[in-house]
Amino acid sequence: MKTVVLAQVLSNKAISGDIGDIYDMTVKAPQIADNAVAGQFVGIYADRDSLLLPRPISICEIEADKGILRFVYQKIGKGTEYFSKLKACDSIKILGPSGNGYMLNDNISEHIIVGGGIGIPPLLELTKRLKGKKSAVLGFRSSSFLVDEFKKYADDVYIASDDGSVGFKGNAVELLKSLKIKGKMIYSCGPRAMLRSLSIYAHQEGIPCQVSMEERMACTIGACVGCSIKIKNDDDWIYKKVCKDGPVFDSEEVIWE
Amino acid sequence: MSKKNTKIKIASVELKNPVMTASGTFGSGREYSDFVDLNRLGAIVVKGVADKPWKGNPSPRIAEVYGGMINSVGLQNPGVEHFIKEDIPFLRQFDTKIIVNVCGHSVEEYINVVKRLRGEDIDLIELNISCPNVSEGGMAFGTDKNMVNMVVGEVKKYADKPLIVKLSPNVTDITEIAKAAVDGGADALSLINTLSAMKIDIYRRKPVLERKIGGMSGPAIKPIAVRMVYQVCKCVDVPVIGMGGISNSEDAIEFIMAGATGVSIGTANFNNPYVTMEVIDGIEEYMDKYDIQDLSSIRGIID
Repeated sequence: MKTVVLAQVLSNKAISGDIGDIYDMTVKAPQIADNAVAGQFVGIYADRDSLLLPRPISICEIEADKGILRFVYQKIGKGTEYFSKLKACDSIKILGPSGNGYMLNDNISEHIIVGGGIGIPPLLELTKRLKGKKSAVLGFRSSSFLVDEFKKYADDVYIASDDGSVGFKGNAVELLKSLKIKGKMIYSCGPRAMLRSLSIYAHQEGIPCQVSMEERMACTIGACVGCSIKIKNDDDWIYKKVCKDGPVFDSEEVIWE
Repeated sequence: MSKKNTKIKIASVELKNPVMTASGTFGSGREYSDFVDLNRLGAIVVKGVADKPWKGNPSPRIAEVYGGMINSVGLQNPGVEHFIKEDIPFLRQFDTKIIVNVCGHSVEEYINVVKRLRGEDIDLIELNISCPNVSEGGMAFGTDKNMVNMVVGEVKKYADKPLIVKLSPNVTDITEIAKAAVDGGADALSLINTLSAMKIDIYRRKPVLERKIGGMSGPAIKPIAVRMVYQVCKCVDVPVIGMGGISNSEDAIEFIMAGATGVSIGTANFNNPYVTMEVIDGIEEYMDKYDIQDLSSIRGIID
């Protein structure tokens, strides 16, 4: 059940990022935290007449017992700029939880987690929840974030950066290929180009792969049909909604073009 | 608190209050049932229904702009068979009226939908001749008065429910189009659909929308919508459903004073999923505060 709450901001600060544009915010939103799962997102409102639409922001961590949600987001436009200025005790309107999270299967014992850039945050809650051997491959533009936290929950964490300033020089998929990491399921979130090359790799290796997709949205709850992406349907294709049918899809279903 | 009369009539159909949802912003109500009591709505105007499933336009389909948004969804919908099978039974669980927005690329396609809806358990039909996001049909029909007259006349022959015609604001004189629709047999009019608009991402040097041009909605277009509703209400005798940027009860009352019988709420649902309930409550509070017994006493009071 989705709801809109006025959540209290507990903390909000810049945490690195290549140009200081990655922020880490925690809010008290027990009604949403209570029934959120890894891979879901919320719509956060900038609460200004000029900025009408909720911003889809992935959930980085869920502390259901404390009613706390954590978002690690990139300041990239007017809405996220507004969020970046919020301080503890401010309140913010949030709708959620939205979408379907990652599919978890307790029978799978070896997991590969692949994240790129601002697609990395939702994988943290996932990594926490997965059971078995977990390898995380994280790709950044230049400087890294959240790596120590992944190390708490994953058995192995491998780092790549586009310019080589941290870890392997290249992207997460290139690093994954070079390491030949074994696993029975891939979970991923990141730029479309990265997800596309990952899906090709996963197909070649015969490893099922879940990808979390992104698209511009208006409502975030399945009503406006703004966020459609092409999904295979027998010999044809259909549009499915990222907000409601996703954001997590089987990589084999997605038409990448 | 005395009982105020918020009932309205669209053709032969009585709605418990004037508040409806604008087509394409509320799905078939399901997505909003977590937030609002659908029983309280005057009517639900469902997303456009075509004779066959429509894929719609490529993404991105959404661009936010100052005080509103532009969409180029292109009427993606699963078709009339799906609507009849899945949505009518869902909607009929609620004590509200069902208005089916009908879209098509051709007169034949509109007629196919209307024919298929004959005998189905719906209340009203809204003919969408004003969508700016399809290359054939849609707005192409709605911007020429002779075409409007012809399309409405043809569709009307097959409709077994009262016909609302939804008008495009992308015309030189909306009163000409309104009159042509009524002459063609429209039982009511609804306006405005979205305004043709565009946004360019200067950093990527490309339009935000894949289709480049879309339809703008939201609070920024409200004054234009009020003006058009006012003009249309002065020149036709059928009920008018006003819409365009309504975000609260004051906006809704403004449309009623301009002459609208009912109002539809669209983009505001995206900003506030509870908005329809707030508008219904706000209209009642306004009636109480100013001792208005019936909305007809403030309807169209502007000369």
